[in-house]
Amino acid sequence: MSEEKKFRWVGTRPIRPDGIDKVTGRANYGADFALPGMLWGKVLRSPHAHARIVSIDTEKARALEGVRAVITSQDLPDLFSEKARAQGGHHDMNDLAQNVMARGRVLYHGHALAAVAAVSSEVADRALGLIEVEYEPLPHVLDIEAATAEGGPLIHEDRVTQGVEASGPSNIAKRVEMGHGDTEEGFAEADIVIEREFTTSPVHQGYIEPHACLAQSASDGRTTLWCSSQGHFAMRDYTARLLGMDLSLLQVIPAEIGGGFGGKTTIYLEPLAVLLSRKAGRPVKMVMSREEVFRASGPVLGTRIKLKLGVRSDGVFTAGEATLHYEGGAFGGSSVMAGCMTVFAPYAFPHVRSIGYDVMVNKPKGAAYRAPGAPMAAFALETVVDEIAARLEVDPVDLRLRNAAKEGTLASFGPRYKRIGCVETLKALRDHPHYSAPLGPNQGRGVAVGFWFNAGLQSSAGVNLNPDGTVTVLSGNPDIGGSRASLAMMAAEEFGIHYDRVEVVVADTHSIGYTDVTGGSRVTFATGMAVIDAAAEVMRQLRERAAAVWEVDAEKVLWVDGEARLEGDDEREPLSLEKLARDAGRTGGPISGRAALTARGVGMGFGAHICDVEVDKETGRVEVVRYTAVQDAGRAIHPSYVEGQMQGGAVQGIGWALNEEYVFDADGKLENPGFLDYRIPVASDVPMIDTVIVEVPNPNHPYGVRGVGEVPIVPPIPAVVNAVHGATGVRYRDLPLSPPRVLKGMATPDAA
Amino acid sequence: MARVVLPQALAERAGGATEHEVPGRSVRALLAALDERFPGLAEALSGKVAVAIDGEIHSDPLLEPVEEDSEVYFIPRVGGG
Repeated sequence: MSEEKKFRWVGTRPIRPDGIDKVTGRANYGADFALPGMLWGKVLRSPHAHARIVSIDTEKARALEGVRAVITSQDLPDLFSEKARAQGGHHDMNDLAQNVMARGRVLYHGHALAAVAAVSSEVADRALGLIEVEYEPLPHVLDIEAATAEGGPLIHEDRVTQGVEASGPSNIAKRVEMGHGDTEEGFAEADIVIEREFTTSPVHQGYIEPHACLAQSASDGRTTLWCSSQGHFAMRDYTARLLGMDLSLLQVIPAEIGGGFGGKTTIYLEPLAVLLSRKAGRPVKMVMSREEVFRASGPVLGTRIKLKLGVRSDGVFTAGEATLHYEGGAFGGSSVMAGCMTVFAPYAFPHVRSIGYDVMVNKPKGAAYRAPGAPMAAFALETVVDEIAARLEVDPVDLRLRNAAKEGTLASFGPRYKRIGCVETLKALRDHPHYSAPLGPNQGRGVAVGFWFNAGLQSSAGVNLNPDGTVTVLSGNPDIGGSRASLAMMAAEEFGIHYDRVEVVVADTHSIGYTDVTGGSRVTFATGMAVIDAAAEVMRQLRERAAAVWEVDAEKVLWVDGEARLEGDDEREPLSLEKLARDAGRTGGPISGRAALTARGVGMGFGAHICDVEVDKETGRVEVVRYTAVQDAGRAIHPSYVEGQMQGGAVQGIGWALNEEYVFDADGKLENPGFLDYRIPVASDVPMIDTVIVEVPNPNHPYGVRGVGEVPIVPPIPAVVNAVHGATGVRYRDLPLSPPRVLKGMATPDAA
Repeated sequence: MARVVLPQALAERAGGATEHEVPGRSVRALLAALDERFPGLAEALSGKVAVAIDGEIHSDPLLEPVEEDSEVYFIPRVGGG
């Protein structure tokens, strides 16, 4: 990749191709699809946090007029041991199967245990009320303390702790450990050692669109599924494997997606809709209510992190040590591994160690959420770094720059960093006018840095040249953060044609090669490379056609600015893309290209945020009054979309820091399953989030792209909490900083 | 020979050490060499971890080339959200 390269489209801000459809309501989301004769499917959910299912009697529900099918776990194939690959680790297909439909026991309040399909939504609701279930309530555990207490109730009596030799049955699903050096030695070299403990509450991704799908299963087994997700191939693979189907028999057609943030990388309703449709012989549509979304999808659960940092009086970090407990829900599978890997990632440590515990609790199975595991870890690290800066009486950004990871630094998670932009990002933050702007009364300022790996994974793309010279790009990724625009811009850049001449289509599972989910901040990077490769294949064919027309060797033909030119012959009229496209049928046939790859050379990402808050000392309310997000994007293909990701991540992190939390009662019932009581920030709650894009190009991508979608949710929690300390003098270590907690902290600072 | 670093959890299955000098010019060759030295280790690693070769993380590699003096870290696989 040449840094000198001049771009025509990359780095510009053309109008988004899906914009008009989305603002006029023409875009079709998961719940917008309908078919003749369609039935409505509904799910019966557990009223207990943990209970044995003694019996389920569906006879009365089946007898209700208008009911066409009723299913329980007995309609699902037997459990099996296959592990299916998933984002953020491995989904155990047994766990997935038991999560979509409880078997023998219900493991959390809201756990699905039966489903019906009926001629209307109302009849389906009535049928649910006629299903008779006898439960034997079992003791439950709702938090890390209860789950890890000696002799407490076990969620799965047959499960032992992975990573612990000779572990007996335990609610700790897994123990992990990583690091390098000798932390004892490192702490002995330190002049200051600070150790603190932090907790975070369960939060939901808060996507506005609920889970929704429509399934049509034919008597020969061929099935079509329309659904909103972050990856229709993942939906196909999980659903088909869970139901024992050949992948080729299940076609998944992607809907537009109204937010996912990691939470739409797994299945909930999809296999139930397919089963109900198969049983009823009619199409079945299922849409979760908001309450079901909160009770039974997502979330990311609670954490407890103990973190210790050693520093010399000259500000050099000597050692870091962290013990992380993450709740994973009733099956485990939390993001604690990524928490361990990211917690110390922004800095160079001669001695560092992280130990993680994946803890099972009687809460919904946790799902990925934007940089899974990293924001909670950053909360712990970056507030301790802030405390150390204050103790040393040094500027908090200078302290971070002194220790910042750079190319060659041994990362806390293992290897040495390649070219990264942590230092450049921190310098851009320090040089921003916001950092030195005066503060008003009752205001405080906080800064924090965050890291995320970004992903590559598998992508396929197609490029079809149409007879009028326009170009259709096929992608296997649902467009969440603007990939239609970024992929079109890269194709236009490659061909040397106008952006408006390129249309990007999100193709279904029958129409494009396998593609991993839209997640891991990977699509513009990885699927972008597949589009660039497919465009290169089309241009190769175009040069060959031009060579055939001119009766010269193809090597003599250059592709420049959207036309074929004969090398060293300025007299020869170039052949335009339009002309070559129009004549394709007479010169050898249609022109199209395909590319498929496992993307290599991921560029890791860093972001640094500045937050100003004003604290109402009478009510404890915290208002974010100014916010600036700085991030290394490698190269911003469409800067407006990059800025949108930075702003969205910042706002989600602000909500996590200040407002959002699942509130469970003593019986494990979620008490706030709606947006009225589970308060996510809306536009009027936050100021305009200022953004600065830093570009330290990823040397492994043709345009220098790094992923951008996840990094921005990592720094906000500590940035907000550090700002609240600035305003109140109180170091808060438990989230969220709701008004009662802030008031309590100010009244008893040592207890905060 | 490549310098291979294994996850902490597998140290006990690899003679108590996480660091090893291993011959081989691809991930597959390294796995084969490790398995010869520590039977069963390849099974514990293959398809379950990511591999960082000279700082570049590959999420599920098999044929990825390894240089004579490469640093190869077998690390947990992380997807994203």
